[in-house]
Amino acid sequence: MRQDDVAQTLNYPIPSDAALDPPAGWARLREQCPVARVRLPSGDRASLLTRYDDVKQVLSDPRFTRQLDADDAARIAANESGGVFNSSMASTIPQSGEGHQRWRRMVGRWFTARRMAALKPGIEAMADRLIDDMVAQGHPADLKASLGFPLPVWVICDLLGVPDSDRDKFAYWSDTLLNLTRYTQAEIDAAQAEFVAYMGEHVAARRARPGDDLLSELSKGADAAGEPMPDGALVATGMGLLVAGHETTANMIGKMVAMLLADRRRWERLLADPSLVRSAVEEALRFDANPGFGMPRYLGEEVEIAGAVIPRGTTVVCSMAAANRDENAFEHAGEMRLDRVPNPHLTFGSGPHSCLGQALARTELQTVLEVLLRRLPSLELAVPAKDLRRVEGLAVGGLREVPVRW
Amino acid sequence: MRITVDEDKCCGAGQCVLLAPEVFDQREDDGVVLLLDAAPPERLHATVREAAGVCPAAAIELSE
Repeated sequence: MRQDDVAQTLNYPIPSDAALDPPAGWARLREQCPVARVRLPSGDRASLLTRYDDVKQVLSDPRFTRQLDADDAARIAANESGGVFNSSMASTIPQSGEGHQRWRRMVGRWFTARRMAALKPGIEAMADRLIDDMVAQGHPADLKASLGFPLPVWVICDLLGVPDSDRDKFAYWSDTLLNLTRYTQAEIDAAQAEFVAYMGEHVAARRARPGDDLLSELSKGADAAGEPMPDGALVATGMGLLVAGHETTANMIGKMVAMLLADRRRWERLLADPSLVRSAVEEALRFDANPGFGMPRYLGEEVEIAGAVIPRGTTVVCSMAAANRDENAFEHAGEMRLDRVPNPHLTFGSGPHSCLGQALARTELQTVLEVLLRRLPSLELAVPAKDLRRVEGLAVGGLREVPVRW
Repeated sequence: MRITVDEDKCCGAGQCVLLAPEVFDQREDDGVVLLLDAAPPERLHATVREAAGVCPAAAIELSE
């Protein structure tokens, strides 16, 4: 490698000065370098996309594959398996084409708007209970640990038919499986083995005595081609739902509340007009400058993006958060506007692989916000926003703590 | 306004149903979009435009 290559290659993820603010480099990349060479934590090279149109196109273009285990695909992290993006989960569930669509639609029936409306009272009761406990402990409290972290794992455990007593195990597994650097490879492997063993037994038990949970239904049903879902795919589906649905939503609850309290006029506006909760949640999703790694794709053939030819074998990283701040897509993109409509942000991706659980995430975020506004209208940050710190080493970005009082 | 939906593209995100339940629904068995009203009244046009704009799969086409 030549010296000037080193000088021109950015390290990715790009650090940011303040926990809630985007890195200064995003605007310059979007304007001047829409396809940027970056060095990943593993040391491998990739191309970073930051413009709205490019990210949106790539995420829905089947030529940009999810084949991140290809021989010449960049590894994300330094540890051997490359973390969650290269896990065995990626090979058990069909990753593309009709097979993927059949799998997605079998699972997708669990995430319809109607089903979300049915789940909402249960989520509200969980949020109320967690807030009761937080209030009983007194302030200042860490809203992330008290509310953000437990709530989504409770929701997923319910969805999978896992008993309440195993919620803590699930929280640990999901944290370990998603982390790219905090745990050792041995810890990640052990967590994965424990989780697969647990889920294998759980799937067998559900087959024997079906309940009204997602895994029971999936194990009884068949896809559009009449094929039942094999046990391996059921286990992988459960694992996928946990790692995709826990830490992401947990952190987003903390970041959303922190963003709304960092400028308390936002919180007051919601208190005055709770009908803004829906658009405020969408805007928090768009405005989140710290969502984590972004979405990697592997290019199986040569493609042109933003006027540049990207060779076959390139790993592309889509920064949805940088794209969400693109002035060409959003008016006053740098301002958090709680009534922004429409808000076609890319936080959940785009196209056939866009987040399967996005309706659930929205329901959880809206419900938590409604309950907080109702229960703790005097809520405020217990530290200056500039003192908030980001978590490190996760595929999913978040704040270490969200200290609050009321 | 005329609406067409592409069931093949639909990824079942359900945004359209939440925004305009008089116009869109989802199939019970797989979450794919069901078009209830291909020519909705004018009072619904703004929310239908929003639904089309935020559909992650770009599965809703409008001709006005």
